[in-house]
Amino acid sequence: MRKKMFRGKKYFIEALWEGLLKISGSVTSIIIILIVLFLFSEGMGIFKKKVVEDGYVIAVNKNNPVKDLSPEQIKNIFDVKIVSWKELGVNINEDEITLLRLDDIPNYFPEDQIAEDMSNLPQIISQILKEHPGMIAFIPEDFAKKGFSEKVLDLGNINLKEFFGGKEWFPTAQPAPQFGVIPIVMGTLWVSLGAILIALPFGIAVAIYSAELASKKVHKILKPVIELLAGIPSVVYGFFGLIVIVPLIQKVFNLDVGETGLAGSIVLAIMALPTIITIAEDALRSTPRAMKEASLALGANKWQTILKVTIPYSISGITAGVVLGIGRAIGETMAVLMVTGNAAVIPHTLLEPVRTIPATIAAELGEAPKGGAHYEALFVLGCILFIITLIINLVVEYISSKNKNKVA
Amino acid sequence: MDYNKRKKLNQASAFWIFRIMSLAVIAILFWILGFIIVNGFQAISWDFLTKMPEDGMTKGGIYPAIIGTLCLTAGSMIFAFPIGVLSGIYLNEYAGKGWIVRFIRMMTNNLGSIPSIVFGLFGMSLFVNTLDFGDSIIAGSLTLGLLALPVVIRTTEEALKQIDNSYRTGSLALGATKLQTIVKVVLPMAFPNIITGLILSVGRVSGETAPIMFTAVAYFLPMLPSSIFDQVMALPYHLYVISTSGTDIEASRTMAYGTAFVLIMIVLILNLIANALRRYFSNKVKTN
Repeated sequence: MRKKMFRGKKYFIEALWEGLLKISGSVTSIIIILIVLFLFSEGMGIFKKKVVEDGYVIAVNKNNPVKDLSPEQIKNIFDVKIVSWKELGVNINEDEITLLRLDDIPNYFPEDQIAEDMSNLPQIISQILKEHPGMIAFIPEDFAKKGFSEKVLDLGNINLKEFFGGKEWFPTAQPAPQFGVIPIVMGTLWVSLGAILIALPFGIAVAIYSAELASKKVHKILKPVIELLAGIPSVVYGFFGLIVIVPLIQKVFNLDVGETGLAGSIVLAIMALPTIITIAEDALRSTPRAMKEASLALGANKWQTILKVTIPYSISGITAGVVLGIGRAIGETMAVLMVTGNAAVIPHTLLEPVRTIPATIAAELGEAPKGGAHYEALFVLGCILFIITLIINLVVEYISSKNKNKVA
Repeated sequence: MDYNKRKKLNQASAFWIFRIMSLAVIAILFWILGFIIVNGFQAISWDFLTKMPEDGMTKGGIYPAIIGTLCLTAGSMIFAFPIGVLSGIYLNEYAGKGWIVRFIRMMTNNLGSIPSIVFGLFGMSLFVNTLDFGDSIIAGSLTLGLLALPVVIRTTEEALKQIDNSYRTGSLALGATKLQTIVKVVLPMAFPNIITGLILSVGRVSGETAPIMFTAVAYFLPMLPSSIFDQVMALPYHLYVISTSGTDIEASRTMAYGTAFVLIMIVLILNLIANALRRYFSNKVKTN
């Protein structure tokens, strides 16, 4: 009887333990799902936001035939880059565009007639707009409600096309913030590409050296060195880049500022090296000894064997390492933030300041008010990063599964 | 003969290129380490390690940042270590080879390669805003814990994989249950490798900046945290701030060198400990 109870208790503990393990095992999956949920739900909010800054509207004269303005057009109008309605394809008797912001009202209307609580502002603004058919006004929503008689433009929401096709990232612009991700995506690609071009020859050379040539003694030095390189915090790389590499680039290329895409590429290359080396080395080492020996027995020397047997055999593993290295470079935040100069312009050469997706998030999230369009735009950038890493992982998985088939 | 000569020459030149490039990589590491250690060592003093920052962070010490990093790292490990080890045990000992395991492993890999800034975004959205922890040690620790989790899982799995199956079957044959086998046989043997992995992941976590930027750290705090819901300063963020946007960047240069030195030292020492442990345990196994 007692024995039976003991067994029951034992069984119970065993089951409990197994349940606990199962729960722990599923934690990572749950976290991924949560990340997707939170990132996307915060990010998608931006496509429900109005083009114009929250709480404001754009208004024109009642007879103005203009129907729709893109955020870019609005920005150019208020930056006085577009000065006539013709440029917007609108025919109107007063062709020149005049701007009306709240501060401008005293220029058109005696200040002392504005009520203290500003309750008559809707009427005043209507009157000014009526007198100036070519005027465009940027006013708080409240003044365009009761007593307002002119036309409020319905500009709609920020849309996908403007977001992913926009060439300007200027999230704090007034009256219409610009959320075009092209310069940032381009910046990320440029910097990562540069990093891989630098890291690739070094990474593969070290991997081959370490796997095929190095004596045990050298290997014993090389391995901890690579481990240490991987362990140094990215902010320390950034600091080193800022103090050593940035001035160096400025001097060598005779630039005004040394904070350039190239500085980012160099720092990222150093940071991506450990990933490339470790994975490529593992791949090289997995080449069956028999294959190498067969090659040597046929009269090929060591170099020919490496070139014609070992590398082709392990090429998928090497590719996986390189792809993962690219992934690291794309996602790296602090080092890039500190050395690339963070100008959100489409780069033409690597010697210009650029800005990457992670750096943009890190630099701007602190200043973006929670729940605003800017805040949500940064979450969309986070989604883009997440999707990129997912794709990179799938590619690596595909490459290594192909490799397994080959071995089988 | 000519062909043979060329063959030899090709090999020699290729190998020399590899040697030089490998040397260059080692040189780069020592350049970075040397640069920071030489410059940073001058900034280090007892006061630097135990005093509050003064004069807009151009003088004084980095004591609150050290304490903050300690809190955040410890917090993240309290969260990541148990779950990670249990998860690793599940994957290696219980899960078998079905699609569930493949899925979980894929998810773990994915989690491991998500950029740290995305963790920062997620931590801010979930812990700081939704759960309303505010910028606090707990929010930062949890975010860092998520980042460390895949590392701990992978290390545990690797460590368990190295245990020969005969130990498990032997234990089971003697009448032990699966749980007893794992707790009394498998885990003690895998323990050294798990611990080394853990130490290395502590090094990784303590240097992370992006995940804590929006979940835990403050630009400047003249006091120590009193509860887990307080904001803290942290070493990596402190280094970032005083080297890019401090009140007087030139004047705080020494402070920056010193902070970088401390950060590097943490990583170096943890790496040394991990290597020493690895060697110690492997010798022990051999003599047994």
